[in-house]
Amino acid sequence: MMEVCGSSNVTLREFGSEQSLLSRPDGSASFIQGNTSVLAAAYGPAEVKVSKEIYDRATLEVLIQPKVGLPGVRERAQEQCVRETCEASLLLSLHPRSSLTLILQLIHDDGSLLSCFLNAACVALMDAGLPMSRLFCGVTCAIDADGQIITDPTAAQEKESRALMTFAIDATERRVMMSSTRGSFSVHELQQCIAVSQKASEKIFQFYRDSVRRRYSKTL
Amino acid sequence: MAAGFKVAEPLEYHRSFLKENCRPDGRELSEFRTTTLNIGSITTADGSALVKVGNTTVICGIKAELTNPIVEAPGKGYIVPNVDLPPLCSSRFRPGPPAEQAQAASQFIADVIESSEVIQTEDLCIERGKLCWVLYCDMMCLDYDGNVLDACIIALLAALKNTQLPEVTISTETSKPEVNLEKRRGLHIHKHPVSASFCVFDDSILIVDPTAEEESLSTAHLTVVTDDEDRLCVVHKPGGTSLSGEKLQECISRATARQREIQKLIDKVIHSVKTAQ
Repeated sequence: MMEVCGSSNVTLREFGSEQSLLSRPDGSASFIQGNTSVLAAAYGPAEVKVSKEIYDRATLEVLIQPKVGLPGVRERAQEQCVRETCEASLLLSLHPRSSLTLILQLIHDDGSLLSCFLNAACVALMDAGLPMSRLFCGVTCAIDADGQIITDPTAAQEKESRALMTFAIDATERRVMMSSTRGSFSVHELQQCIAVSQKASEKIFQFYRDSVRRRYSKTL
Repeated sequence: MAAGFKVAEPLEYHRSFLKENCRPDGRELSEFRTTTLNIGSITTADGSALVKVGNTTVICGIKAELTNPIVEAPGKGYIVPNVDLPPLCSSRFRPGPPAEQAQAASQFIADVIESSEVIQTEDLCIERGKLCWVLYCDMMCLDYDGNVLDACIIALLAALKNTQLPEVTISTETSKPEVNLEKRRGLHIHKHPVSASFCVFDDSILIVDPTAEEESLSTAHLTVVTDDEDRLCVVHKPGGTSLSGEKLQECISRATARQREIQKLIDKVIHSVKTAQ
């Protein structure tokens, strides 16, 4: 299912998504990358708590729920990354003094989790029909001991890797919106990984486009 | 007039300065604020440092405790970093459990320690599977004027260099640890990670070492951590507007220059403390 790739051809694990699968949220989606699976629900625009009200734009809240137990420090750091990426792509100023809530429930973690959270978030926001200036997707790259770049690594590959990077790529200019890294690496390796991620993002954006086209061709 | 303009239209106020390639406090776009460092400020801690970057003040204290190693890593000690942003340092922080920003900062520091291997955790092991050191690194912000991550990393690195651990031997008769407080030795610091933070204004203008006001008005943040060998340890960009490859390259070269400056500063301060004794 998962292959090691050179810089020329980029391979991702099989990925898929199901939309509008929950009845209560305004938008919902599941996103599956190999065995990694995340369920996302978006609510809003709705009424906002006075303490969180922002006078010229909507307040976005992102909640990441782990499989068991309460969210910890790691989840908070991931929430910050997802929230600020969504904030940059949503047109929040169209809904001043209101709240948007995005809940990401982890179903199964088998590597590349942060990128799966980002993809699920983007699909759920699209499903909720919230106005956005651009789409985004998440891609994780691992550099193994031999210096090979592996895109969309599994948990086992992540563990063996020397460095791990997750990027959020925007759909309009293919530039880096978010970056989160682990392990040490050279500048050259960083640039290679960004280039690989940009290439991989094409596949994900094509998938977004196809899935939306499929859905709306049925309803129309 | 200028004061009124600043309050009513803070973004326009900043833009009018950035247009002229300078900033309201007189700095150039790629200029850091004056950084001052004091080490060993807390005599009761095993290691400590106080850092000021402009008005931003962070104090770091390190407490070493003896503990059992965790089962998964019997030959290693561990480090527990914690960043505290108390209501004292700024009106944006409320009392109560740590807010998202403080938790994200703690996680960031933990990532830097792990990625840069500033200390090899094997060095903290005293007896495999039985006894090791745990270093509690508490960073507290006393005055919040932006760029708290950079100040935390400098404070942490200086405090680790200042840390003196007592000698511990395990007695053969009672097999209990005996601590010799008279005989202390410093930690072995393998790498010197230093961070540089940037803000993006209006999706295009890059400024370095932002103040609290600049942070709140900007559209994206970026923190780059490099070590002595010019390797990147962390490239942390929590969302915000996108950045091109050339801009990223610019940030990385500024970060490597900053690493040299800070390492020189730390060495100078440690040297001056030694000669004063």
